[in-house]
Amino acid sequence: MNIIILGAGQVGSTVATELAKEESNEITVVDTNQQILSELQDRLDLRTICGNGSYPGLLEDAGADDADMLIALTNSDEINMIACQVASSLFHTPTKIARIRSPEYLGRPGLFAEDSIPVDFMISPESLVTEYIYHLIEHPSALQVLDFAGGRAQLVAVKAFHGGLMVGRELKTMNDVVPGIDMRVAAIFRGGESIQPSAECVIEAEDEVFFLAAREHIPTVISEMRKLEKPNKRIMLAGGGNIGGQLAAMMEKDYQVKVIETNPARTRQLSATLNSTIVLLGDAANPDLLIEENIESMDVFCALTNDDEANILSSMLAKRMGAKKVMSLINRAAYVDLVESGLIDIAISPHQVTIGALLAHIRRGDVVAVHALRRGSAEAIEAIAHGDKTTSRVVGRPIEEINLPEGTRISAIVRGEDVIIAHHDTVIESEDHVILFLTDKKKIAAVEKLFQVGITYF
Amino acid sequence: MQLLVIQRIFGLLVMVFSIALMPPIATGLIYGDGAVEPFVEAFVLTLGFGFLLYLPVRKHRKELRLRDGFLVVVLFWTVLGIAGGLPIYLSGVYDISITDAVFESISGITTTGATVIVGIDNLPHSLLLYRQELQWLGGMGIIVLAVAVLPMLGVGGMQLFRAETPGPVKDTKLTPRITETAKALWYIYLGLTVACCLAYWLAGMSFFDAMSHSFSTVAIGGFSTHDASIGYFDSTAIQFIAIVFMLLSGINFAIHFIAFRHRSLKPYQRDAEFRTYILVLFIVSIITVGYLQFMHTFDSTTESIIEGLFQVVSIGTTTGFTTAEYYSWPGFLPVLLLYVSFIGGCSGSTGGGIKVIRILLLVKQGVRELRRLVHPNAEFPVKIGKKPMPEKVIEAVWGFFAAYFAISALMILLLMATGLNQETAFSAVAACLNNLGPGLGDVGRNFSSINDPAKWILCMAMLLGRLEIFTLLVLFTPTFWKK
Repeated sequence: MNIIILGAGQVGSTVATELAKEESNEITVVDTNQQILSELQDRLDLRTICGNGSYPGLLEDAGADDADMLIALTNSDEINMIACQVASSLFHTPTKIARIRSPEYLGRPGLFAEDSIPVDFMISPESLVTEYIYHLIEHPSALQVLDFAGGRAQLVAVKAFHGGLMVGRELKTMNDVVPGIDMRVAAIFRGGESIQPSAECVIEAEDEVFFLAAREHIPTVISEMRKLEKPNKRIMLAGGGNIGGQLAAMMEKDYQVKVIETNPARTRQLSATLNSTIVLLGDAANPDLLIEENIESMDVFCALTNDDEANILSSMLAKRMGAKKVMSLINRAAYVDLVESGLIDIAISPHQVTIGALLAHIRRGDVVAVHALRRGSAEAIEAIAHGDKTTSRVVGRPIEEINLPEGTRISAIVRGEDVIIAHHDTVIESEDHVILFLTDKKKIAAVEKLFQVGITYF
Repeated sequence: MQLLVIQRIFGLLVMVFSIALMPPIATGLIYGDGAVEPFVEAFVLTLGFGFLLYLPVRKHRKELRLRDGFLVVVLFWTVLGIAGGLPIYLSGVYDISITDAVFESISGITTTGATVIVGIDNLPHSLLLYRQELQWLGGMGIIVLAVAVLPMLGVGGMQLFRAETPGPVKDTKLTPRITETAKALWYIYLGLTVACCLAYWLAGMSFFDAMSHSFSTVAIGGFSTHDASIGYFDSTAIQFIAIVFMLLSGINFAIHFIAFRHRSLKPYQRDAEFRTYILVLFIVSIITVGYLQFMHTFDSTTESIIEGLFQVVSIGTTTGFTTAEYYSWPGFLPVLLLYVSFIGGCSGSTGGGIKVIRILLLVKQGVRELRRLVHPNAEFPVKIGKKPMPEKVIEAVWGFFAAYFAISALMILLLMATGLNQETAFSAVAACLNNLGPGLGDVGRNFSSINDPAKWILCMAMLLGRLEIFTLLVLFTPTFWKK
């Protein structure tokens, strides 16, 4: 696919990196900063062009004439929208994706239509990350929570502890432990290594277990792995930016939230929009302030500033001072591995979160979501099966008859409101949301193909 | 430095290059000229050498880094230059020495076109084709070809590509994927070659000559299958065809690509480098033709125009075909033509020299200094085609210019130390460093009369010229080798 990416910032570079890995993609990245572009070009096999991405002449140079997709990811909503408009009006680019951050624009669905502002898909990294963190706070024991089929099924990663019912047992005995609850273990991580979850596999303490189940069963399943933690109550957020602000607004009804922000103007603004949240002016890495605000009784401390180093340090400090669980937003992939095994409980990589949502739009064959599991152990894909037995390679067939690429497993199916854990004889129907796991990224294209309604079958 | 990765890529490249020995073998078999054996031997040796390099490290698949790219490219050109002399030496024509065989090979692959063989007309066909083929492979760049056919180079391909492509700005890609870019370049190159070959053929050359000359014309090389070069054919039509294709090949291939894709001539007109290139050749042609006419060198005006134009384009683009004995032309003309060869072709073309864009930048910067004297506080960016050039590029151009002349001065001195006279030394360095071919004085006709040490120095000059100096010189800096 011929793809133009506008903006080589954090999101743009990550997207470019991901897409350039797939051989079929031809990528052109546009940015105003030549320095970033040169670095990108040194690292990746793609073309870069320096300039303002919304200018028609520049888009023409970037090959908008025969581009299949425009992904506008600059940090300006307005430039992104205009770029999509230009691409649509002058170059008839088929698919246009724009990053829109401001809630002012997001709240008006009529705005983004073919005859007004032609944006086919919007992504808002801040909202995605906010939601992601919200899920983590909802499930106190979870290390990662991913939604499938609009949240009807969820994938949760937990750390198994001594005393959990499942610990020390084989996976196939799972149903005896908690009868009536269907779940599927998707991946197991032991000591940094990924283990194939076969039926004979025994869960050990300290394993990171990824399992998939219907939303309402999640707490029960978590309790099989470990003693269930008490629900979170007191939350402290360091950094009241876009994410911090949105998160506080979402949580303040159900939790006691405190936000620490260094910028006085922003504190005033936050305190005006938030109601029960306590907005504090100060530095999150200041121990006196933390003591003052009872850090030791906090259930969760989230460091959400733009600065990786500040996030890491303030969370480590909070952990040492007694916060029960600390999370930190970390942009640099190299840092994530570094800190997750240490003092920080959960490192949140905004790119990983965003890229999954974005890649779903880029995939063919009605793929709804692509998520990378923690530490890149596997990819989770949600795809919708269409057609009938003659036109589709999946519909109307039991799972054992589907020709899946190597290293790929179908874990669950969401049919209407029901979450069905897949067995070898489960038959897939049309409009089912199929949830697959694959260990090799390169097989994604094969999965896409599988879910395309093929003319070859006529 | 990832030496094992470098060894793997290098071994791979050498193996790929050994395929280049197949066409001469086929030619030898078709013509039955008895020179098949040396090519078969060379083929086995080259393939074996590459395989031995590749075999122990074939599992080392890692991305090439910037530094590795330089080393691979320089190694490849040097080793191929030397290994390319193998079949020539093994053929034993005219009892050729190793020095001469290597000189001939490097001169071929760097598209210089300086020859040490006298009596080319009597060489076996396989050897003739081989010389032309070397030029053709070197023209667009063997690395570029390798990048096009070896997709596994990945990002490393870009590092190699950059170390080989001529011109000051090396980041411009025609297509997002480097392999596609390399392929596009080779398609254009191939297209030009086929067109050129057909044109020559229709104009009366034998098919073998037409093909051979199209190789060296489009590569801006200058080798011929005859001692008298293009002059052998004594045909105005052939001269015109040569002029057209030399001019086309001296243009940046990226412009050809864009023009072809948009089916329009606008890209040429918009390109400042192209306009300068044509302007320079046009002005020099007028001076040359005028002076030839004024001095009554030729009998008729048409002859002056044709000979003048041909020689200006041939030398100006650094091809080095000859029809007349230009080195015996009157007055300042021979030296003027040599000067023009310093300008050379456009960046991203197959031509040699400093490249038009660099000269354009230097001139524009000179003008900027003058304007600054008048308006000390004004901001004057150096613009090419209405776009300001980054200061980094301009600085790099100055560095290149200085290095180019320092190197030529040094080489002239070295050559004079080996016993060459000043005119010969100067013109030989200019002819080799610019990848031009024929010089003045003792090297006007060919390079057979100069001594062996001088030939080795000139081999170095040719490689320096083809790799645009820095790619090769960077290997001689201590920082390059520090871990």
